[in-house]
Amino acid sequence: MLAWTIYVSFIGALAARLSPTKGLARVVALLTAVVGLGIGLVTLNHWQPGDFLTVAQVPWIPQLGIEYHLAADGISLTLVLLTGIAATAGILFSWNIEKRTQEFFAFYLVLIGGVYGVFLSFDLFLLFMFYEIAIIPKYFLIAIWGSVPRGASGDAAGSQREYAAMKLALYSFAGSALVLAGMVAAWVASGGHSMSFDALAAFPFSAHVQMGLFPLVFVGFAVLAGMWPFHTWAPTGHAAAPTAASMLLAGVVLKLGAYGCLRVAMMLFPAGLDPWGFHLLGFGSWRDVFAVLALIGIVYGASVALVQRDFKFVIGYSSVSHMGFVLLGLMTLTQIGLDGAVLQMFSHGVIAGLLFAVVGRMVYDRTYTRDLNELGPMRLAHAIPFAAVTFTLAAMASIGLPGFSGFIAEFQVLLGTWRAFAWMIVVAGIGILIGIAFTWRALTKAFFGEPTPGAVEHALPPITFPEKLGALLLLASTLVVGLYPRILTDLILPSLNSQLFEGLRRGAWR
Amino acid sequence: MSPILPLVSYADLLRLTLPEIAVAVAGLVLLALDLTVLRQAALKLRFGVGALIACAGCLLSIGLLTHTAAPAGLPDGMLVITPVTVVVQIALLGLAVLTVLLSTSVEITRNVGEYLALILFATVAMMFLVATQNLLLIFVALEFLSLSLYVLTGFDKHSRQSAEAALKYFLFGGMSAGFLLFGMSLLYGVSGSIELPKIAAAVNGPALDPLLLVAIVMVAIGFGFKVAAAPFHLWAPDAYQGAPTVSAGFIASSSKVASFFIFAQVVTVGLATAAGNGAYRAYSPGWVPALCVIAALSMVVGNLAAIAQTSVRRLLAYSAIGHAGYMLLGLIAHSPRSQSALIYYVITYALASLGAFGVLGALEAEGVDKITDLAGLSRRAPGLSLCMLVFLLSLAGIPPLAGFFAKFYIFVAAVEAEPHLGLLWLVLLAVAMSAVSLYYYLRVLKQVYVAEGAPHAGAIRTPLVTRVTIWVLAALVVLLGCDPGWLLRWIGA
Repeated sequence: MLAWTIYVSFIGALAARLSPTKGLARVVALLTAVVGLGIGLVTLNHWQPGDFLTVAQVPWIPQLGIEYHLAADGISLTLVLLTGIAATAGILFSWNIEKRTQEFFAFYLVLIGGVYGVFLSFDLFLLFMFYEIAIIPKYFLIAIWGSVPRGASGDAAGSQREYAAMKLALYSFAGSALVLAGMVAAWVASGGHSMSFDALAAFPFSAHVQMGLFPLVFVGFAVLAGMWPFHTWAPTGHAAAPTAASMLLAGVVLKLGAYGCLRVAMMLFPAGLDPWGFHLLGFGSWRDVFAVLALIGIVYGASVALVQRDFKFVIGYSSVSHMGFVLLGLMTLTQIGLDGAVLQMFSHGVIAGLLFAVVGRMVYDRTYTRDLNELGPMRLAHAIPFAAVTFTLAAMASIGLPGFSGFIAEFQVLLGTWRAFAWMIVVAGIGILIGIAFTWRALTKAFFGEPTPGAVEHALPPITFPEKLGALLLLASTLVVGLYPRILTDLILPSLNSQLFEGLRRGAWR
Repeated sequence: MSPILPLVSYADLLRLTLPEIAVAVAGLVLLALDLTVLRQAALKLRFGVGALIACAGCLLSIGLLTHTAAPAGLPDGMLVITPVTVVVQIALLGLAVLTVLLSTSVEITRNVGEYLALILFATVAMMFLVATQNLLLIFVALEFLSLSLYVLTGFDKHSRQSAEAALKYFLFGGMSAGFLLFGMSLLYGVSGSIELPKIAAAVNGPALDPLLLVAIVMVAIGFGFKVAAAPFHLWAPDAYQGAPTVSAGFIASSSKVASFFIFAQVVTVGLATAAGNGAYRAYSPGWVPALCVIAALSMVVGNLAAIAQTSVRRLLAYSAIGHAGYMLLGLIAHSPRSQSALIYYVITYALASLGAFGVLGALEAEGVDKITDLAGLSRRAPGLSLCMLVFLLSLAGIPPLAGFFAKFYIFVAAVEAEPHLGLLWLVLLAVAMSAVSLYYYLRVLKQVYVAEGAPHAGAIRTPLVTRVTIWVLAALVVLLGCDPGWLLRWIGA
């Protein structure tokens, strides 16, 4: 049944494109997303810890041993759930799209279908195929419906959107080119019989090959996970995207990259993480290199977010910082660190979605500005109190207060880091502190600014019902996972201990 | 003493060339009909009847081909029919049918009979080209094909550009024929045979004759011109831009399939023993390293130059040069798998490229030349725009379209061909360049989907036949991408 998340999305895309009216297209899109979320929840309901669900496995291109192999373990299911939540919320927050509505939802649903496909693929070729299907809709979503800061209008606005869209598409495609090269080499090196994950994970690649392919594939996916220094597409892309697309980009698409890092690079080439046997500039293995890059991402992203004037860029750079925790968690190679990394993927997906929803939809679509200095005097806490409350809660979740999902995720990552690279925890801690600072700054400046004397308070349109519904959905998700994390850790931990990650466990696992 | 010319049974000759004869006869019939009965008829009717006859001839030929008992052949390698050549011939005929259907609505000429007949004659030449392993026949068929294409390029007599393109194409083509003939004569001199397998047997040995090396270079140059690989590509952008749209599509699709197939035959069969090695740290002289250089140059020059283009057709021409580079990977690998990879690549490339020119042809009345002329197309012609999206993304290699699997397969074949991932350097270059290529394809699609068009431009009407043909092409590109195994079974992977 899980496979229907993919099919329903593509069918929904077609139906939305062919809808005669805008209203129908919206309803179709919402239904599609809800069905996807529902399928995920039903599967969750039947799930026993340690389950592995093979959804479909049929020969597809027998000449190359490529299979149409869809399956799910706990990690896949976690991310499928995230996709369902983010997609549904995204559609609720784009209820007000009036420009080429049918096409908007068509591209949006194709993107979602591709994302579901990636999380459910258990054949490397199939995964790559869905991964690339997701690139093109992103380009059009940003280039056609993107938002731009005030001041830029007409041609300038268009070129800014197109710049961000093209940058994002090319970064994604360049990253996937690296993955393609790695995939071709892996197929040939394994004798060319199968691309299935179980077959490839069981194949004894020589240490030499793994050492070469691991960085290639890891970097390829990490580009899409927003790893410093390949992150620059993320803030511009997220800021220029329409609200629903920012929610999906930050919420889910960044996770495609992180998922690829874990599922492909680390699971198939675990020996690539072993020490090189020599030290270069203090680095002894790829693991050290990527851990340090992740750490730089955490601190750098947070620091840049601290000085942004554009509200959306604050959130954009915060994503870079939070994704740093995911990558750091992966590089700890401890069970708790990896568990935290996957949990952080979910948590950040929900929280970033919420933040972008408030900034892009609730605030920008009413005030038409994203400049923090202009938002301050508008006293948004009075004008749109719902937005202020939502953002405050989201901010609390984002800085990792206990009770929200962010806390449990980042805490686990930090525990793992303590065991793996004790000194890094200091730097990561500083990153968290800066994170609190920029979130606080954005919160106070945007919502609780001092009114300028004599200024007339503009009445802003009230928050609509779909917005409230979407915000509640996202808030509920982060709270449920924050208060009862076992709902997800019971999915993730047994999967990490499964046969597939045997190679990783035998290596540097602690 | 054996006779200089072996005895050929005329019954065999007739039987084996029946498919070619069917097409040629169809060409002659429609020429005659158009000159006599239909002389005074309306242009539409003449095109309709002509296309009907042409399609009937091609379909009859396809029917005959499916009943051919392969393998079969004539002595001296004059005719070598294998299951693979049959599939390629069927593909060529299919492309010819689609080309004919696309040309029915384009009003470039009053000489309907000649135009359609030339397409058929070119197809006959290509059918002979893929089914022979004899140097003489290869040359004759190649020149027959080229002559037809020169005329098709210059067919728009009202356009100076068309004439200029034809002249350029002719001059470059003539020169390349010279190179090719020189190379072939040297090959004959070295080996004493004009039959490809015998040449391979005669030039056996690790140390290559300097004369043979010259022959290899000459042949590589000659075919390099034909397939528009850098640095022999200069004719392509002008020819693609100046030629009538459908002719350009024909040159970019069918003739590419045939030329690459015979290029592969000549080097992999005829020069099998003089391959050499282009792998990293394993260099040895032969045609492989020479083609490695041409392939690398084509990928870089084609893809980088395409970025700077403002005309859609020139952009497609440079992208074709880049694609020629990828296709050469299939020759360089020269394994059984790489042969099927090459055929899959050229066929799917031909479909996408013919489709893209078909869309441009449908917009001919709008005077589309610059990329910016396509602005706002998605609102004026949503169907055509969607097809254009499919064709261009297939060329860029985005799944689930055919171009993606083609690229993947040819890369796999190339990496696999050498031990220790020896050709990985070339594949990495190809992968990098294909990342570059997305940029310029997206530039075109940006105009189609993102840019706002002229405010009061109405919907674009396209004749039904053209529309259906373009949709068929798009459907094929999608289907072959979703189920590549289907075509692979036929081309013997």
